[in-house]
Amino acid sequence: MKKTLLAVLVTLGPLCAETIVIQNATVMTVGSKGTFKGSVVVKDGKIAEVGEKVMVPAGATVIDAGGQYLIPGIIDCHSHIAGDGGINEGSVSVSSMVNIRDIINPDDIAIYRALAGGVTTANILHGSANAIGGMTLPLKMRWGKSAQEMIFAGATPGIKFALGENPKRSGNPQGGRGTAVPVARYPATRMGVEDVIREAFNDAKGYKAEWDAYDALVARGEHPLAPRVDLKLQALKEVLENKRYVHVHCYRADEILMMIRVADDVGFKVRTFQHVLEGYKVAKEIAAHGAGASTFSDWWAYKIEAIDAIPFNATLMMKKGIVVSLNSDDAELMRHLNTEAGKAMKYGGATETEALAMVTLNPAKQLGIDKTVGSIEVGKDADLVLYDGFPLSDFAKVQKVLIDGTVYFDRDKELVAQAAKEAEKKRLIDKEKASQQRTQPVRRPNQ
Amino acid sequence: MKKLLLSAFLVLCASAVAEVPSTVAIRNAKIVTVSGAVIAKGTVIIRGGLIDAVGENVAVPADAWVVDGEGMTVYPGLIDGLSTVGIAGAAPAAAAAGGGRGGRGTPATPATPTAPAAQAAPAERSWGPEDRPQTTSWLLAADEIQAGDRRVETVRGAGFTTAVTFPTRGIFGGQGSIIDLVSGEKAAEMILVPAAGQYIAMGRGGGFGGGGGGGGGFPSSLMGIIAYVRQVYLDADHYRLVKEAYAKDPRGMQRPEYDRALEGVLASKRILLPANRLVEIDRMLRFGAELKQPMILYGARDAYLPEAADLLKKANATVLLSLKWPTAPVRSPDAEDTDTLRMLEQRDKAPTAPAVLQKAGIKYALYADGLDAPRDFQRAVKKAIDNGLSREDALRALTLSPAEIYGVADRVGSIEKGKIANLVLTKGDIFDDRTTVVMVFVDGKKYTPAETAAPGGRGGASTDDPGPGGNR
Repeated sequence: MKKTLLAVLVTLGPLCAETIVIQNATVMTVGSKGTFKGSVVVKDGKIAEVGEKVMVPAGATVIDAGGQYLIPGIIDCHSHIAGDGGINEGSVSVSSMVNIRDIINPDDIAIYRALAGGVTTANILHGSANAIGGMTLPLKMRWGKSAQEMIFAGATPGIKFALGENPKRSGNPQGGRGTAVPVARYPATRMGVEDVIREAFNDAKGYKAEWDAYDALVARGEHPLAPRVDLKLQALKEVLENKRYVHVHCYRADEILMMIRVADDVGFKVRTFQHVLEGYKVAKEIAAHGAGASTFSDWWAYKIEAIDAIPFNATLMMKKGIVVSLNSDDAELMRHLNTEAGKAMKYGGATETEALAMVTLNPAKQLGIDKTVGSIEVGKDADLVLYDGFPLSDFAKVQKVLIDGTVYFDRDKELVAQAAKEAEKKRLIDKEKASQQRTQPVRRPNQ
Repeated sequence: MKKLLLSAFLVLCASAVAEVPSTVAIRNAKIVTVSGAVIAKGTVIIRGGLIDAVGENVAVPADAWVVDGEGMTVYPGLIDGLSTVGIAGAAPAAAAAGGGRGGRGTPATPATPTAPAAQAAPAERSWGPEDRPQTTSWLLAADEIQAGDRRVETVRGAGFTTAVTFPTRGIFGGQGSIIDLVSGEKAAEMILVPAAGQYIAMGRGGGFGGGGGGGGGFPSSLMGIIAYVRQVYLDADHYRLVKEAYAKDPRGMQRPEYDRALEGVLASKRILLPANRLVEIDRMLRFGAELKQPMILYGARDAYLPEAADLLKKANATVLLSLKWPTAPVRSPDAEDTDTLRMLEQRDKAPTAPAVLQKAGIKYALYADGLDAPRDFQRAVKKAIDNGLSREDALRALTLSPAEIYGVADRVGSIEKGKIANLVLTKGDIFDDRTTVVMVFVDGKKYTPAETAAPGGRGGASTDDPGPGGNR
């Protein structure tokens, strides 16, 4: 009995990358091949061939999709799952010394649930408690692997900035939230938020100059004492050197324009505006700056600054030439981003491909990882999701999810495994109860 | 006659009172030396606080006080590798406050061992790493020891003669000291090694509002704590370089500002990092390697997992494994079971961790983790034995192994000629919960634990006894 259970549990683990042919699928590539009925060949974790008719390599595992839909793995550009011990270092207005990389928790069940919702990559962001938050990075949802193995190799890391209500009210008794804090934390206004960012970059420029001078001396063969490493300013130095993407939490048009002005003055680019619910008002300016926009489909009015929002935001920004993605910011919403994308078809008339791109190729572009993921193209990572129906519909269920050509979620196997897990759980509960009864008298509730 | 005299003396000193016979001979006893073979029937001679001789045929000196060990066993004194004994106001659990709140098996609370929150210093609000928040790295436990701590006597009742005791407040608590558990007038008598390593804790803070941590302020999250510790080690490196340059030639150079937090860090020859869950073990092994510090991982609850043992083995890690096994939360009989499969597995398998580490050849020691009462401690060790650890290995993990880990195996940890006379004399196996600890020798001083409670009863030796010096 135990042995069979073990066997079941073992098969639950991700299968090793092998040569796989997914046949007879409706393939929505979000790439050059558009949507077609045919096959995808996966080899060594990469997409090896895409076409209506492909040669099945010898020894390949064939998955007959039976007409089901195959799409690129979903990418969530704004998530806070898989972290240990808090995702906000809200004690200070600039917390760029902290790094999500240090607290990745591969055990977070939200990873598996996101995976079961078709998500293969997620940008794990620091929270929005402060004007300049912590360092961030994208993860692949390789459930069962270690923290390091989840990191999206080669992806440019990021940093979180936040504007508006959250950074000005958190840690500030006048702001309403966090009234227990004994000493107010600057800033308490939007003006202050701008000032914090400008001041931080003033410091970072001084820091950079110090290190540049040192590096120049070293390059000349001298041996000066190195300046002190300041982790807080180091992260901002990387922003100035275009080695770290800036993801800015924002809502209102005025603060978006402020951020663009500050970035232009300081000399860095905003990689993405996050939430950006009033982005439709300043889409031209966002497009001119070259920033992407990662927004919600129809989620707003949870606070004053999130009032003037419309469901057409995503498509309006898209039509102004902005790379637009739809994100979750939430472990539950993360599990059905496909339907979030579907709403872009209803509100603003995005095509199927345009809508699907908002949760696949576009977030890949925003995160600078579109060379390896985001669409079904030969040579890209085999991050694939098989749905039993049209993937932008509420009724579509994820059947299989592959990351790097490895099956990490299989609905049928999951359903079978649940019974075994329940049985194992019951066995352990019974065992524990038996041992408790041996060691202590049964306590009865009062009559 | 001598025996009678001894018994009479025992009756007189109901509680543990040290005597100072300069020479003692324990004869006719089974001697478990740990470093060598077990002597079925032999003699140990104690002289001047040291082990003068041990063996089957050792002559009893004429001036010796003789203890007839017939039917008894002599063990080396136990060593608690991570303790707070002797530190005033410290919670009994040195390292498990995170789990002490009834949720040890709950994944929602990271079971990172922490200093109890209530103890966190009411520091000024910190605005960043430069304020050196929650840091007392310069403290030495040796300077904080209270000679009259009643816990000394309590844990001695379980056979502990030595403890590595730490100041555990905040993030950088300070350096632990290795102490012998004598009851004396002066704390200085207890100190074996004053500086044994820096204790680092990583409790979880508040987060969004920034009110977490001791006194509020930075750091208020785990990532903040990690960033802070990283910055401190970067600063310490830089500080050392600048100080060296200044010492070499101060002319024309601004003098480096004295930083006691960094002085304390630089003075520590090893660090203790907390890691209970598998992810924490992985994280802290990497972090310790990044900091380039010799380190000991403490807690190690998930060490029973093959993945954890693999990681520890690959990293050639040193582990202090808590004996406080995860237990089911207390619920009313008709409450629903809400534990996940993972939590159930953890409670089922955690006590196999010592056997797993032993088998994998990982350097480890067991520590009591605040299980002060002898019965609780003995039950915890017994649980490890019931889960595959041999009695010999259990004993070694509480004697010679911790001595080796802290580099004092030349002084304590086994019964060898020339080592400090830290010995336990028992009736029955030392880890049976019906064992009687008859006598304990620390630095050659004899202590007699108070009468233990009847089997099945609560508590152990003399916890209610004021004991020597317990008059504060």
